[in-house]
Amino acid sequence: MQYLVSVIFDKAGLATPDEDAAIDVFNDRLMAEGHWVFAGGLAAPSSATVIDNRGEEALFTDGPFLESKEYLAGFWIIEAADLDVTLKLAAEGSKACNRKVEVRPFL
Amino acid sequence: MREAITLAHHEEWARVVASLTRRFSDLDIAEEAAAEAFATAVERWQADGVPPNPGAWLTTTANRKAIDRIRREDKRGHKQKEAQLLYDDDPPEPPGAIDDERLRLIFTCCHPALAMETRVALTLRMIAGLTMPEIARAFLVQETTMEKRITRAKAKIKAARIPYRVPSAEDLPARVSGVLAVLYLVFNEGYLATGPDTDPVRHDLTAEAIRLTRLIRALMPQDGEVAGLLALMLLTEARRTARVSASGELVTLDEQDRGSWDAALIAEGHRLVRERLAAGVAPGRYQILAAISAVHTSARDVRDTDWSQVVALYDQLVRLDPSPIIALNRAIAVAELDGPEVALAAVDRLEGKLAGYHAYHATRADLLRRLGRSVQSRAAYDKAIEIAGNTAETAYLTRRRDELG
Repeated sequence: MQYLVSVIFDKAGLATPDEDAAIDVFNDRLMAEGHWVFAGGLAAPSSATVIDNRGEEALFTDGPFLESKEYLAGFWIIEAADLDVTLKLAAEGSKACNRKVEVRPFL
Repeated sequence: MREAITLAHHEEWARVVASLTRRFSDLDIAEEAAAEAFATAVERWQADGVPPNPGAWLTTTANRKAIDRIRREDKRGHKQKEAQLLYDDDPPEPPGAIDDERLRLIFTCCHPALAMETRVALTLRMIAGLTMPEIARAFLVQETTMEKRITRAKAKIKAARIPYRVPSAEDLPARVSGVLAVLYLVFNEGYLATGPDTDPVRHDLTAEAIRLTRLIRALMPQDGEVAGLLALMLLTEARRTARVSASGELVTLDEQDRGSWDAALIAEGHRLVRERLAAGVAPGRYQILAAISAVHTSARDVRDTDWSQVVALYDQLVRLDPSPIIALNRAIAVAELDGPEVALAAVDRLEGKLAGYHAYHATRADLLRRLGRSVQSRAAYDKAIEIAGNTAETAYLTRRRDELG
């Protein structure tokens, strides 16, 4: 079973060196224990482009699809047996990156 | 016959739902099939008499209903594991394993990833077997709202894979305390029901909470907090009939007719408190609250109350849980020991945190009244009446205010 762990943040700026170091330690653990699928940090929402090609021609719009105070700053995709395991890992992830996280199961 | 069905419902509902949940890994199927099996029982037992083993009859019938549903859905193209259907004639589970299953079901329903109100609703539906209209009525929401809440919860449990098992030893204390919080909430909603059109005391809810806590106690007999919560509920329930007057007004502890307290419930509650004292393990909050209740219910007359013991227990509780509500209750006991002036000073310090809580204003009103400060007392009663949600309490506070000189 795979879960998306989204990192939610509400300020400008990237992870500090301390946060980066803690994230590295956490990632190593995910790999060692077989939970790791993928992870990444994202550039600021202002760097996003929305594409809509449902009509005649593709429309490109500058900026994120949703303007909001909180935004997606990065994510993990983890493999875990159930939500209890995932919640524990997500709690550690939140501590490591020093941000709120949201857990959502893949279908 | 009605009685046989009601009894079977009380005794067997959670067992049937739990065993189906394990077998089909789907709360929705389990709940629906269990409900259908009980509906069939109402018809069939009427005609054929109560079967010798109602539990086994219900489980077998519910299993068939579940398989019927899965087959129906299969025809409509749903993917289901045909293999599960091969075990149609499974022998019933041995009793020990089934008890375990009910416990699993409780932990699933009270999972911390679900909203508190959802945990309460799911527990009342899946474990207590209350119907959707009953639960909706209990919490004063529309039936459709309650149905949506439960449907959404079942979908989340399935999609996010909330596990169906007893938590690991390491997580157990926190998770048990989560279950107890749900049961205490159900009990309190029954004991001090909110809403202008509700009975001030909802015996159906307090009885259900006690029944569920007894079940948990049977499943986890060594847990001190489970025993503590059960004792607390019993000692509170014992005073239920003395708590509201014939005219529908709240009767405070000091004015209650102690002769009308339920002696059997008090004896059982006291036994549990003594059992925990004898265990010699540091008590948790429910055990301390039960001990406070035991001190009150040991006094034949309010003047015999051992207030220093009550305050000492509150001191112990404050160290464990420094919440302002505990501090408020401690102050009420302090008033009896050191006088209303000392108590009022303690209560006033809580204003920042409790200004929106009716009991804060009601306590101040009472202390100010005892100090002869009528004008301030009246203002505090006004505030308490404005916020109080319980009809009997509002009636009591109004009378007290109107008696002020």
